[in-house]
Amino acid sequence: MQEVKSAAKPETGPPTRTDTRYKRISAAMAKHQRRPDALIEILHKVQDAFGYVPAEAMQFIAREMRIPPARIYGVVTFYHFFSLKPKGKHNCVICTGTACHVRGAQAIAREIEKGLHLKPGQTTPDGKLGVQIARCIGCCGLAPAVVLDDHVLAKVKPESIVEMLRTHIGGKK
Amino acid sequence: MSLDKLEEIAAKVRKQEHSYRMKLFVCCGAGCLSSGAGEVLEQLKKTVEAQGLQNEIGVFPTGCMGPCNQGPLVRVRPDDTIYEKFTGPDIESLVECHCRQGQRVKAKLLFAETGGPTFEKSSDYPFFKLQHRIALENCGLINPESLEEYIATGGYRALYHALTGLSREEVVAEIKQSGLRGRGGAGYPTGLKWEMVYKYVSDEKYVICNGDEGDPGAFMDRGILEGDPHRVLEGMAIAAYAVGAKKGYLYVRAEYPLAIKRFELAIKSAKAQHLLGPQILGTDFAFEVEIRVGAGAFVCGEETALIASIEGKRGQPRPRPPYPAEKGLWGKPTLINNVETFANIAPIILKGGEWYAAIGTPKSTGTKAFALAGKIKNTGLIEVPMGTSLRQILFEIGGGVPDGKKFKAAQTGGPSGGCIPEQHLDVPVDFENITKVGSIMGSGGLIVMDEESSMVDVARFFMEFCMDESCGKCVPCRVGTQQMYDLLDKICEGRGTAKDLALLEELAPLVRETSLCGLGMTAPNPLLSTLRYFRDEYLALLNPEEPAAPTPAASAR
Repeated sequence: MQEVKSAAKPETGPPTRTDTRYKRISAAMAKHQRRPDALIEILHKVQDAFGYVPAEAMQFIAREMRIPPARIYGVVTFYHFFSLKPKGKHNCVICTGTACHVRGAQAIAREIEKGLHLKPGQTTPDGKLGVQIARCIGCCGLAPAVVLDDHVLAKVKPESIVEMLRTHIGGKK
Repeated sequence: MSLDKLEEIAAKVRKQEHSYRMKLFVCCGAGCLSSGAGEVLEQLKKTVEAQGLQNEIGVFPTGCMGPCNQGPLVRVRPDDTIYEKFTGPDIESLVECHCRQGQRVKAKLLFAETGGPTFEKSSDYPFFKLQHRIALENCGLINPESLEEYIATGGYRALYHALTGLSREEVVAEIKQSGLRGRGGAGYPTGLKWEMVYKYVSDEKYVICNGDEGDPGAFMDRGILEGDPHRVLEGMAIAAYAVGAKKGYLYVRAEYPLAIKRFELAIKSAKAQHLLGPQILGTDFAFEVEIRVGAGAFVCGEETALIASIEGKRGQPRPRPPYPAEKGLWGKPTLINNVETFANIAPIILKGGEWYAAIGTPKSTGTKAFALAGKIKNTGLIEVPMGTSLRQILFEIGGGVPDGKKFKAAQTGGPSGGCIPEQHLDVPVDFENITKVGSIMGSGGLIVMDEESSMVDVARFFMEFCMDESCGKCVPCRVGTQQMYDLLDKICEGRGTAKDLALLEELAPLVRETSLCGLGMTAPNPLLSTLRYFRDEYLALLNPEEPAAPTPAASAR
């Protein structure tokens, strides 16, 4: 329930109705003829466009698709993929699948917590870096794996992860 | 599109292939792409062109070849040589030595880096020799983004044969005869499922392909969807014809963007050639396929939860019966099969159920794809006949445990499965025998633990997974997994007592017997199997000093 409160004031400022990103969402709804069963597909578009699912977007979809906001909220909070909070500008996803677990994913998480004071699910105060965990990204042959801004880092050494993240954030604005 | 047209396309592809003296295939499976295969592909193309060899040497992307941790991989045909860890600097030497002079680049042969024996022909490697590829037949050999190449390997002939030569009953009978069992893990006979959906009378029926491969450590479906999407599409179309469905869905994890992209492309190109849509292959059969992308919920692999998710709802399971075969998507009869199951359909229709039934063991026919991972030398994707011993899979194909460590256990079936210890290494891997030793076949994830892995920690890891992924609908699973996790955590931290262990053993069967769906029913499995074989490890962690508290800390939370 705590998550709801933070969603009400997203750090990047509330998206306005004139926001062009809404156009993309409208287009997606039109493509699915506003059928309620396409809700998850639409939410993917929202997550894609905003980096999270803002409360305003949920209300927008509710009106347009004639779905009760409570049902949309229920769906958003059920699936791990949708986030009510904005993610970081850069995102580091630690895979915690079985193969990564036995090959040291926990050590990677510990190093990040120690070096950058970030626990999985948290974002730095300046919003530059977010750390998340994934259940299994299916790259088990490359364990332990970390996904840094959609780029898979293979066989990550825990002792070098913090340095890698620092370089990545610093090097790519 | 007719049979002649299919043959025409196939002939054209073959002619073009024959015009090349040599072909270089760059593995563009997710594993190799992560190691930089995309760049290798581009650079290789450029180099071949720069040297003026583009008319005799072809460069192509392909799907997963198998040995994922040695990526990026490059296969040279017709010599059938595989090179490993292939990066920019290796391109020159490949083109100069192998392409021009016909000399193998020995230092880059597969497994050269890990010191394993190397062979010039990939088929000589034990890794490939012991495999029998049916579902993965085309993976690593064709360009997954080319419909024409799939047709050249015999693609869509099974669909044509089914539509023009077989009645719907005959298709079902063929699948029944093959003995094929669901590859998603539970092993329900596929033919029986098809027959049930076929028999229900309804104006609408649906076919769903379950690509919600949620078991951590499993990536077979990903390999198939990325490496040979048309094979799955053809299997779905044959199923739709047999059961009488006009619409199909592929439900796939959002974590697999490449699989989604390639399947979307496959649908588009199949539609353009009238292999999907109305009047398929000139018959009256019509079939449409849509992709539905999951949103990260393990429970959606359960069929009723998956259906709810396709309907745009929270992915919570409902009690069965009625089974989806009777009341599935939007209350209509629905056939749900796993990706790998569908990948086996076309060969069965072409070569006959009898051919398939002759492979494997009498009760578990055919082959099974496995994803090898964890503390094993050759991680990657393999497919072996049912009944192959676990020892063969792990030591002959997998190369054993690296760094001179001792094997401890193999985990099968993900969070629903168990750990198989050393004394059962000779168990033939099929549905019955794996169950006998306290685990389950599962979808095909095979994770090796060495002597350094704590089995109590493994049990806690899976319990945490189940606790997080429990959908919360039924109490035994929602509360039970939490309690079991707390107890396991307490034991792992050295604060557990004999009483906690007793409580765990009391709770496990309760959760197993009273949960609503497979997630809860199987959640205690990793715990029970590690307790069965590695009880000593639990006992060693118990704290004898701790006074036996009347209430475990767990219930206070």
